Amino acid sequence: MDVALGRPEILVDVGERRRAARRWDVFLQLNFLIPATVLLIMVIGAIFAPQIAPYDPLQTSLSARLQPPAFAGGTDAHLLGTDKLGRDVLSRIIYGARVSLSVSLLVILITGTIGTALGIVSGYFGGWLDGLLMRVTDISLAFPAILIALLLAVTLGPSFTTVVLAISLLGWAGYARLIRGEVLKLRNADFVLQARIIGCSPLRIMLTHVFPNVINPMLILATLSVGLVILIESALSYLGAGIPPPTPTWGSMVSDGRGLIDTAWWISFFPGLAIGLVVLSGNFLGDWLRDRLDPRLRQI
Amino acid sequence: MLEGWRVTETPILEARNLKKHYPVTHGLVMQKTVAWVRAVDGVSFAIRPGETLSLVGESGAGKTTVAKAVLLLEELSGGELLFDGKDVGHFGRAELKDYRSNVQAVFQDPWGSMNPRMRVKSIIAEPLVVNTTMTKQEITSKVLELMAQVGLRPDQAELYPHEFSGGQRQRIAVARALALNPRLVVLDEPVSALDVSIRAQIMNLLKDIQTQYGLSYLMIAHNLATVRYMSHAVAIMYLGEVVEYADGDDLDDLFANPRHPYTRALMSAALPTHPDDRTDEVVLSGEMPSPLNPPAGCHFHPRCPAAMDICRKVAPRVIQVGDSHTVSCHLYD
Amino acid sequence: MAAAQPLLQVEDLRTYFFTRRGVVKAVDGVSFSLEAGETLGIVGESGSGKTMTSLSLLRLIPQPGGKIVGGKVLFDGVDLLQLSESEMRDYRGSKISMILQDPMASLNPVYTVGEQVAEPLRQHQHLSGKALWDQVTEALRLLRIPSPRERLQNYPHQMSGGMRQRVVGGIAVSCLPKLIIADEPTTALDATIQAQYLAHLKDLQRETNVAMIFVSHDFGIVGRMCDRVAVMYAGKIVETASVRDLFDNPQHPYTIGLVNSVPRLDRKVERLASIEGQPPQLLNLPPGCRFAPRCYAVFDRCHLEEPPEMSASDDHSAACWRVGA
Repeated sequence: MDVALGRPEILVDVGERRRAARRWDVFLQLNFLIPATVLLIMVIGAIFAPQIAPYDPLQTSLSARLQPPAFAGGTDAHLLGTDKLGRDVLSRIIYGARVSLSVSLLVILITGTIGTALGIVSGYFGGWLDGLLMRVTDISLAFPAILIALLLAVTLGPSFTTVVLAISLLGWAGYARLIRGEVLKLRNADFVLQARIIGCSPLRIMLTHVFPNVINPMLILATLSVGLVILIESALSYLGAGIPPPTPTWGSMVSDGRGLIDTAWWISFFPGLAIGLVVLSGNFLGDWLRDRLDPRLRQI
Repeated sequence: MLEGWRVTETPILEARNLKKHYPVTHGLVMQKTVAWVRAVDGVSFAIRPGETLSLVGESGAGKTTVAKAVLLLEELSGGELLFDGKDVGHFGRAELKDYRSNVQAVFQDPWGSMNPRMRVKSIIAEPLVVNTTMTKQEITSKVLELMAQVGLRPDQAELYPHEFSGGQRQRIAVARALALNPRLVVLDEPVSALDVSIRAQIMNLLKDIQTQYGLSYLMIAHNLATVRYMSHAVAIMYLGEVVEYADGDDLDDLFANPRHPYTRALMSAALPTHPDDRTDEVVLSGEMPSPLNPPAGCHFHPRCPAAMDICRKVAPRVIQVGDSHTVSCHLYD
Repeated sequence: MAAAQPLLQVEDLRTYFFTRRGVVKAVDGVSFSLEAGETLGIVGESGSGKTMTSLSLLRLIPQPGGKIVGGKVLFDGVDLLQLSESEMRDYRGSKISMILQDPMASLNPVYTVGEQVAEPLRQHQHLSGKALWDQVTEALRLLRIPSPRERLQNYPHQMSGGMRQRVVGGIAVSCLPKLIIADEPTTALDATIQAQYLAHLKDLQRETNVAMIFVSHDFGIVGRMCDRVAVMYAGKIVETASVRDLFDNPQHPYTIGLVNSVPRLDRKVERLASIEGQPPQLLNLPPGCRFAPRCYAVFDRCHLEEPPEMSASDDHSAACWRVGA
């Protein structure tokens, strides 16, 4: 039909593009491949940590303390060096991925589900319910996440559960806001009106008609959240309110190496690099996904 | 308005003095109503079984609001709606459900009226899934039957809306509207968004179905030629009121010799189908005022080329100018 | 008259879109001409290429993907397709301007009406101060906007739809161009407002002798506004004639079908004729005449060869094997 005409979403064809366009398409590919690969490596590392990691991350060795990385004067036994207790940095980073991955997955699941559900209900019904939920969302967004997390950690004692709870508590608001906005648009769409005319119950409308049409923004937000959640988790660990030692987490590793930055820089550097890489990858992937799923860029 | 109207049988739908006013509120916490938007301000009409009544008017006339009220998407502020002679306002849950099955709709925009994530067969099946206890096989065969009726092939059942053209989507919308065997279908500008060469196809389809099933249509339209082709009764609306009405044999009279100055302007504004058709061009000045502040007296007087003194002060009453042709204008009083 | 060069001469214009699924030949060999002060209508439905044709004249094809791949657009003898982008900018808004369909989208909500009408004047004629505002007021007056001086400070949202479309017209006419292209300018307007607007455009034309191209799907508008009409289907012009000839004596089966499928206001029609089938898919068109799949008068040759424009009579041609000799 007239999909191709008058709309800017014409996608460029393989055979007849010009060279400039071809370069752009390659970039587009890299934009996905690189972050996807990084994240994939993290996932594999986390799952197969016992098989991949050269050492037990908790094993201390007073003789091998503060070894520099292999390429900076150390031995090949410890590729990325050791920390002040002689534990292998590389192994701790690999095991640390487990923590980061599980925390972010859980948090995204919890916040995504609660936030989306609340956003749909709020947007669809409007009225006092919407008003109430949005005020709660406002309050939630107004609080500095880190402080609340710290407070919880102090009250409940630092643990895996506390960390997940703390981050989730403040993370749902973003979804609720975003999804509510989308639902407000959808609520007046003709097909929703049609559903009412047919006699569909509000529950059915929300599940069958509204929800499938908000999956896209939800996915994008989820992907973009990966980096953010890992950052918060790392910050909490750094501040001592995260998952308690001896479990290796990237944040606590950075904290451990804090006092030794000038002498044993590798202890903080490599976990910090890991955090940076994962956050960036999550963001790039989220951007790529957003572009791919943009309705203007696909056939309607 | 209905004094001279031929009451031969119970109309399937009768509207008596419908009113829909939207409050305009002021204040953040203690909301006080300061004014009313009189979107629909006393509209009456009746639709006979098997016939089409068209509500004609421009935006702001209130015709969409009337349609929504008929579809129970809006609550009336006043007046009554009678279905088969019974007051819809007093319906209980079961009767309302029955009403819903009997009154369906086809909307203007073939792109927005379908969930882009549902396959066509699910879209057409949905009314049946929600309202009946038919088995999956029964539903599937009914869906295929409906598709054949509107000119779609069975192999198209698995496709998504975006894989169809505009005209085909309207066919899907019609199939969906027919699923529950309704007696009245509200058509909201059913062909305006379609290509010209497709409009005739869809209009013919609607007419054929009407003849076959004895369906009634409440059609909202702004194109007078379409209205003439499809309708048995026409009500011209301006700013929430019906200013002229005709049905049956008097319908031709409405088109040949419109009485109300607004109807004349509409006819003249309707683009001719031949360059020589340049009849007396009545070009109105100004725009339709907002229903928030309708002019006093006759709502149309500020734009009316024939406005008299009385028009500014007194609202005109409904005057019979034919057996079933009425007009609200002081010129005929 | 014949000695004078036409204001606009389009020869074999081709605009293609390169998509993932193939090449869409949106405008595929379109030729027409326009004299100064004349109004030409381009009529077509979705997929006809009428909007792309008008955008091609101003080289405003949507990117990425679209490209004018051939032909000539001679405006006052100058081939617009050969100009550089900055030379083309000098034409846009000053010698040729365009009115689009949706007035709310055409106007910037954060600038006043006066500012927006002034913009082309600032850009092309480098006016300022009193000279500028006088010209702005004149542009608004040409579109019969009441109390133009007071309106200069209004914002678009403070005006009604019909008034906004007139402002868009004011922007188009401010530099007194020689050609205005109007692409479905009244689709978003109510019937009575539409009538007003078209009447004002006619007045404008009488006063300034500007040539117009009216792109529309509506024969009625074309009947009221145009001197000559070109009917497009699937990227090609299938019939060209004076407005009267087109209505009285359509030659191409598509035009005939269209004219007969439009309901009449002046009499009750029992049954409308309709054109079978769907609007054309522009990807992978079959060989031969593009209308053949839907044509009631089709025969063998139609499926094999595309018909060129054949002359039916003086100044009336149709691209159909059944026409002419």
